[in-house]
Amino acid sequence: MSFIEIRNVDLRYGSSASGTLAVSGASLDIELGEFVALVGPSGCGKSTLLKLIAGLVKPSAGQVRVSGREVTEPLKTVGMAFQNATLLPWRTIRDNIMLPLEIAEPHRRTLKQDREKNRAKVDALLEKVGLTGFAERMPWQLSGGMQQRAQLCRALIHEPSILLLDEPFAALDTFTREDLWSVLQDLWLFRKCTIVLVTHELREAVYLAQTVHVMSSRPGRLIKNRSVEIARPRTLETTFEPAFVDVVHELRQAISEGKTP
Amino acid sequence: MSSKTLERIAPWVTTLILVLLWWLVIVVFDVKAYILPTPGETIQALYQYRYPLMTNGLSTLTTTVIGFAIAVVFGLGLGIVVGSSRLAYCAVYPVIVAFNSVPKAALVPILVVWFGLGFVPAVITAFMLSFFPVVANVALAFSTIEPELTELMRSLGGSRRDMIVKIGIPRSLPYFFASLKIAITLSFVGSVIAEIIGGNTGIGNVMLVASSNFNMPLVFAALVVVGGLGIGMYALFDLWERRFTSWSVRDVASTTTGGG
Repeated sequence: MSFIEIRNVDLRYGSSASGTLAVSGASLDIELGEFVALVGPSGCGKSTLLKLIAGLVKPSAGQVRVSGREVTEPLKTVGMAFQNATLLPWRTIRDNIMLPLEIAEPHRRTLKQDREKNRAKVDALLEKVGLTGFAERMPWQLSGGMQQRAQLCRALIHEPSILLLDEPFAALDTFTREDLWSVLQDLWLFRKCTIVLVTHELREAVYLAQTVHVMSSRPGRLIKNRSVEIARPRTLETTFEPAFVDVVHELRQAISEGKTP
Repeated sequence: MSSKTLERIAPWVTTLILVLLWWLVIVVFDVKAYILPTPGETIQALYQYRYPLMTNGLSTLTTTVIGFAIAVVFGLGLGIVVGSSRLAYCAVYPVIVAFNSVPKAALVPILVVWFGLGFVPAVITAFMLSFFPVVANVALAFSTIEPELTELMRSLGGSRRDMIVKIGIPRSLPYFFASLKIAITLSFVGSVIAEIIGGNTGIGNVMLVASSNFNMPLVFAALVVVGGLGIGMYALFDLWERRFTSWSVRDVASTTTGGG
């Protein structure tokens, strides 16, 4: 039994049978602590699959199970990060990162007595992503890449067992993005939580993931999975090695074949 | 003179030019005082009628602020409800828009029949004119919350109350304060209209009585008073806005650039 099991899941937006079919017959297994990437053409239902895992939408058919239990309401053990940093502009970086602790159980009940502990936690995370000294800044004082680093901290502060990342680096320039690949890899090697990364950048997927799943264009079906056996920690140099390039190439072809003409 | 001081005195210079123009028109075309008084005659009337102007001005201010206060409380509550529930939006918003399109001055005679002359119709008119911008702005702030934030809060197990308290209200503050500046101005319009149509006190009433006596200097003095009150309240809320929502005013100089 896998940690996350997706079994024959359909998702139709709109109530009737005529609604748009976003995901069709998707089956997927993700192991505890695995780093998985979902790639595919835009609009193929990658983000929808994330929402299914998080329990934010219910499948029209099929089943999603997390640690053996069917997901019927939003999971409380996930951290999420998006393409837009969505930091709250009226809060400092520290207070932004603390947000999940104010909302999620059981943290919200012990918020007062854990103040010092939480402060230390935030500082430790900020150090991990290279934002030491920026805790008291406001979000608009940070560049796009720094905001994404802060968003990763917010997604991890309540120690979720699953981290769901929806194209978190898509809006960044190439250099910043490549920096953040190594930041995210470090975070994963350090925390070993289960990560599902949605991306349309194949090099990103191969750099970061243990297994890359390829989806076809809408309605999204899973058409291929490819495990990436390249040793860690991977570096920017790794991305120029033949073994790496071959995997990227193979995935590229799979995506082309999966496109409906 | 530095460009900064120049910018600061610019509005005063414009005002001065307008007053001079006003005065020049009277001199050149030989306009009589019962048609258009000179700036000097207006100031004289301000001084001569200072007591009635002050008491009536205060009465108008009271009416305006009470109507405005009700509008703010009502508008904030309704804005939150309408902005955070799609069903409430569909059910209520078109009705509010329709109501807002009715000329409020036309309702004053009805209010006079129901509540008699004076204070109550003026407060209600001030309220009716000023609640809409508050509702519209707060509802806008709530309905434009990024869907990702809603998903994030849901995934953390946040309740609807968490959503309103942690995200909705702080996010709507700049919209709210912007609407207060519009609402207080409209509230003055409402109370003065009601005082003119169906009042027995207030600046509007002073203007009505003075104009029927062809005492144009007093009409203009009353205009100056009500204008001053409006500007004063606007400035007060402008100051408040800057206090409470400084985070929404970006200071370009202190922005960190570059560096992932």
